[in-house]
Amino acid sequence: MRTNSINPRCLHPASRAGLPAIVLIAWASLGPGAAHADRLAGAALTQQGGPGITACVACHGARGEGQAAAGFPRLAGQPKAYLFKQLQDFSNGKRKNPQMEPVARALSEQQRGDAADYYASLPGWKADAKTAASSPKLLLGSRLAIRGNWNKEIPACFACHGPKGGGTPPHFPALTGQPSAYTRAQLKAWQSGTRSNDPQGLMKAVADKMTDAEIDAISLYLEHPSFSGRRE
Amino acid sequence: MPNRLRNWFENQKQTQTFHPSWILLVVAATLIIAGIIWVPAEVISKAEHDRPPAADAETISGKDAAHTGNTPPTLEPRPPPTQSGPKTIQVDFSPPDVDDLPNGAFGEVVRLGRNIFNDTQTYARAYVGNGLNCVNCHLDEGRKANSAPLWAAYGMFPAYREKNRRVNSYEDRLTGCFRFSMNGKAPPPGSKELIALMSYSYWLSRGAPVGAELAGRGYPKLAAPQQPPDEARGKRVFEVNCAICHGADGQETQVSGRYVFPPLWGKDSFNAGAGMTQIHNAAAFIRANMPLGQGNTLTEQEAWDVAKYMNSHARPADPRVIQS
Repeated sequence: MRTNSINPRCLHPASRAGLPAIVLIAWASLGPGAAHADRLAGAALTQQGGPGITACVACHGARGEGQAAAGFPRLAGQPKAYLFKQLQDFSNGKRKNPQMEPVARALSEQQRGDAADYYASLPGWKADAKTAASSPKLLLGSRLAIRGNWNKEIPACFACHGPKGGGTPPHFPALTGQPSAYTRAQLKAWQSGTRSNDPQGLMKAVADKMTDAEIDAISLYLEHPSFSGRRE
Repeated sequence: MPNRLRNWFENQKQTQTFHPSWILLVVAATLIIAGIIWVPAEVISKAEHDRPPAADAETISGKDAAHTGNTPPTLEPRPPPTQSGPKTIQVDFSPPDVDDLPNGAFGEVVRLGRNIFNDTQTYARAYVGNGLNCVNCHLDEGRKANSAPLWAAYGMFPAYREKNRRVNSYEDRLTGCFRFSMNGKAPPPGSKELIALMSYSYWLSRGAPVGAELAGRGYPKLAAPQQPPDEARGKRVFEVNCAICHGADGQETQVSGRYVFPPLWGKDSFNAGAGMTQIHNAAAFIRANMPLGQGNTLTEQEAWDVAKYMNSHARPADPRVIQS
């Protein structure tokens, strides 16, 4: 019954799942079996969904790249432990989201692990040619990402989220290539307290010190970051 | 005597040229005016002395915030704090903004110094023997007050140091960092690495008085711990507050061959001769700066305990001990 309600777009990528499947089989043949079996199950789950489970690809894209316009986040290449924790937190209400909470609750713990494993195995964001021309707003964003603003005790984003914001497993997700609408919404959610599943309140502490202009700047920058200014 | 004074007084009164009561009036007026000035001044200076160190940091940040343009570094003398020696003058100072770095040869060498400082692993690889970068202990590119900022250190050299029992130039001091904190070897005098780091420090401190104690220098000293620092308590502090970044074993996993968070002990950490192995240094740094972005949230006792725990682990030997 739920399959009827799925957006036709989600079936399209599923029908051409051949390439990811071949890649996955190649991986499976390379390493120890158990973990990869999870990954294959995760791949199937994300593409086909299940009873009460919308296929992940419907919103998060065929290769987990997210949907910039709608603010659905990129999942590909995120640390497995981070993704698993988010699914756990959606299911137990520590992280609020009307779309994700019912999906996460419908997943078994095994399925949450499978999906996390699959998305973690996909290649993360790579710098593209879309890097926007520099503007005062993007300069502010890059400054916050690379240097932070210690006048307000705001550490650089990349100090924890890894060089070039590519994530620091297991706890710190990648930021770069993330839709700006998503990053903006998360920073606001930490400010308002609707998201409170960050370890030790680390993100709440940062978000509370940020102005709307800073949130806007960092969100825009992280969607298409340029690193040329990093080390002159 | 009183009679003679009274005679003189009456005499003056009679001659009518000068009424002696004016003397009393002028003295009284002077005292009243002095009192009006002195009392509020005393109150203000008391308030300044009583300010906690956190307030000092904010003074700096306030000025820093207004400092994004081309304004020159600002200086404001402050009354000496009561706990300092008679010769130190505490001064607020804000380093110049990196966007104002000059072009040309000087700008170039300052930029190289900044790169070495932030990414020592890449830019001074030959002199580094562990997984650390200068910026790990000197946060915000060596600019953060209370995190041993370069701009506050530069003007304090040459200085006599107990560590090697001689007068050290700033260059000598930098080589000490490489030998101990970076567990590497000292770049030779005149090497491009030392010249660049000297230039970066010089540029950051330009306009600051030489030989004066700047507010925010070093790590803010902690009072003696109420209870002796304890390893077991420190381990709990570590697990709750530090392990998320530094890893349960103090050795965070690497990303593309580099540590994102500095290893706190073990082969890739500072060696046993480093200043950070002194518990009062470690506790002071931790209290003011850790967890990153949440400085001054641990209690002082927690900072002492976790410093004790960190330094209870094995680390590379002190090169001076190996040599002797």
